[in-house]
Amino acid sequence: MNLLETTAPIAASGLYSWAWLMIAIPAASAAFLLVGGKLTDAWAHLLGTAASIASFVIGLLLFVDLLGATEGSRAVSVPLWDLITTGDWTIQVGLLVDQLSILFVLLITGVGSLIHIYSIGYMAHDSRRREFFAYMNLFIAAMLILVLGDNYLTLFFGWEGVGLSSYLLIGFWYFKKSAAVAAKKAFVVNRIGDLGLLMAMFALLTQFGSTSFVVVNQNAASLSGSWATIIGLLLLLAACGKSAQVPLQSWLLDAMEGPTPVSALIHAATMVTAGVYLIIRSHLIYDQTPTAQLAVAVVGTVTLLFGAWIGTSKDDIKKVLAGSTMSQIGYMMLAAGLGPVGAAFAIFHLLTHGFFKANMCLGAGSVMHGMNDDVDMRHFGALRKAMPITFLTFAMGYLAIIGFPFTAGFYSKDHIIEAAFHESVVLGSLALIGAGVTAFYMTRLMMMTFFGDKRWLKGVHPHESPMSMTIPLIVLAVLSIIAGAAMNNWIGEWLAPATGAEVEQMSLLSITPIGIITMLTVAVGVFLGWWFFRGEVPSTVPANSNVFAIAGRNDLYGDAFNEAVFMRPGQHLVGGVSWSDDHLVDGGIVGGSTGMVSAAATVLRRLQNGYVRSYGLTMVAGALLVGALIILGRLA
Amino acid sequence: MNPDYYLVLSAILFSVGVLGFLLRRNAIVAFMSVELMLNASNLALVSFSKVHGNLDGQIASFFVMVVAAAEVVIGLAIIVTIFRTRRSTSVDNANLLKF
Repeated sequence: MNLLETTAPIAASGLYSWAWLMIAIPAASAAFLLVGGKLTDAWAHLLGTAASIASFVIGLLLFVDLLGATEGSRAVSVPLWDLITTGDWTIQVGLLVDQLSILFVLLITGVGSLIHIYSIGYMAHDSRRREFFAYMNLFIAAMLILVLGDNYLTLFFGWEGVGLSSYLLIGFWYFKKSAAVAAKKAFVVNRIGDLGLLMAMFALLTQFGSTSFVVVNQNAASLSGSWATIIGLLLLLAACGKSAQVPLQSWLLDAMEGPTPVSALIHAATMVTAGVYLIIRSHLIYDQTPTAQLAVAVVGTVTLLFGAWIGTSKDDIKKVLAGSTMSQIGYMMLAAGLGPVGAAFAIFHLLTHGFFKANMCLGAGSVMHGMNDDVDMRHFGALRKAMPITFLTFAMGYLAIIGFPFTAGFYSKDHIIEAAFHESVVLGSLALIGAGVTAFYMTRLMMMTFFGDKRWLKGVHPHESPMSMTIPLIVLAVLSIIAGAAMNNWIGEWLAPATGAEVEQMSLLSITPIGIITMLTVAVGVFLGWWFFRGEVPSTVPANSNVFAIAGRNDLYGDAFNEAVFMRPGQHLVGGVSWSDDHLVDGGIVGGSTGMVSAAATVLRRLQNGYVRSYGLTMVAGALLVGALIILGRLA
Repeated sequence: MNPDYYLVLSAILFSVGVLGFLLRRNAIVAFMSVELMLNASNLALVSFSKVHGNLDGQIASFFVMVVAAAEVVIGLAIIVTIFRTRRSTSVDNANLLKF
């Protein structure tokens, strides 16, 4: 591994100065569809998909251009306009097209376009399909702002934009109470993370007077240790919120209430990986602070086990995948926390995970489509005959996620485990255990869904999904298999300038001792999964479960913890404030003064006796008094 | 011509008005007493106008007359209305509006 100097991006010219179109096209499409209303109902899905594909094409052109460029000119800055100019600060809105962001652009728009195509079929019977596509385009635009922004503030606009579209799409079926509550929960939990990002930006402004990546990167080395740690931990808090890492993990499982394409695009492939992007983008700050780096790695490790545990015990197919997403992002965070050694692998795993997890989420959607929107795996079984394409594509995603040799996950995940072992045996062993558990719960999912006996509910007739849904599945399945081998020897070198270090190339075929141990662990996981679920699966939840399964079913008591530690004290606090408002403010201050006025009035109202002549006397006395005062005043 | 006489007369008329206003029960008489007070003040104003040698006091007295005329209209209307319902012009009888 060689550490590299960071190079400043070059100014944009030619095609690059049109990079903003990638964001503008889906944003304009979203606005048009929302404003256009029912007039656009008939072709809204086509426009939305076309907008996403247009962004993908621009991204692809830029990528091809970057591939041909020399290494020093692969980071291009595209300044757009000045956002704030005040005192010494000038904050620009600009885009940064470099090795890191272009990979994200391709993932977002590429997988995004496939999911748009899939949604045409999946949402065909929804009366609000136009709105759905408008929100999806909004998401694409916001996510592109997030990854293309050339400073933290621009990134923050995208960060909030994806939060908003995530909220809108989780709560897309807002008439279901569970969906509305889940959307609100995701929004609230994400706000905590956003607070971290805001405070990190404030800290950066005090230290560097700028939030631009270029300025921050150039001066990061001069940052004092404690400031680096503070900024690092705040950015980690932000990443935890967006990427559903412990302790802000609780929203992701509920977020599965949204339509399945949303779960695939936002809550599996792209948005939830924004935290990893943030950490990698800030790697020069983390290089200054081993403490924050260790915190990132620990959070990642805890989450990868946490998510895997939840995955083992859920019966809802989407929640198993959500637990798995948490777990896989945990791997990415772990890799990001290892520093320059792991950064490229984090992005590598992020990309392959984007493919195979989107594939499996969409596959789960295809299964639900055929099963009358049932998500309980205990009602599935033997679907491999009824849905051959879904089964085969899902199986490829399965092989990729467990790390079957030569599939995508095999390369990306093994590199992370290997790097973790080099850094610390504890982290490495835990990551290894996570790989075994992953194999176990994914095998369980496959066995319960596609194998075994039919446990279908009455009136359910599973059928294969339409072409618009199966073609994206096939594309993603192929990517799940080949993406690892395709990128393995290339990505480390490609990302080196952006991640700050050149990692040693790993040969496609060489297998290290740790690789063999990993494969054995995975094999044990697969075997156990097969052993436990090879026979009859009860169609209701068995009562005599062990404590581990019960804890997993309850999301490891994440909600209970939040309620006990944050919600109840908060409610007590609010109750106390409300009580003191009622009794001290209303009762003491307001009540006391009104009481005094009312007591005085009770006495004084006797003067209002109804006799005109007594009023006359009062008037005359008053006039005399005023006159006397004036005269005395003059005399004095 | 000594303006003091006029001012003394004005003070006497005003006092008569005040006492009449306070002591008489008949609303019409009380009302006339109020008019007497207004005219006493008019007399004082006109005297001061003469003393100071300008027209301010006289103009002020015109204002008082106009206000008095307007007041008479409304006051008499109220008295007549009360008389119609209560068959009395005694100010002590109209005593329902109280605490």
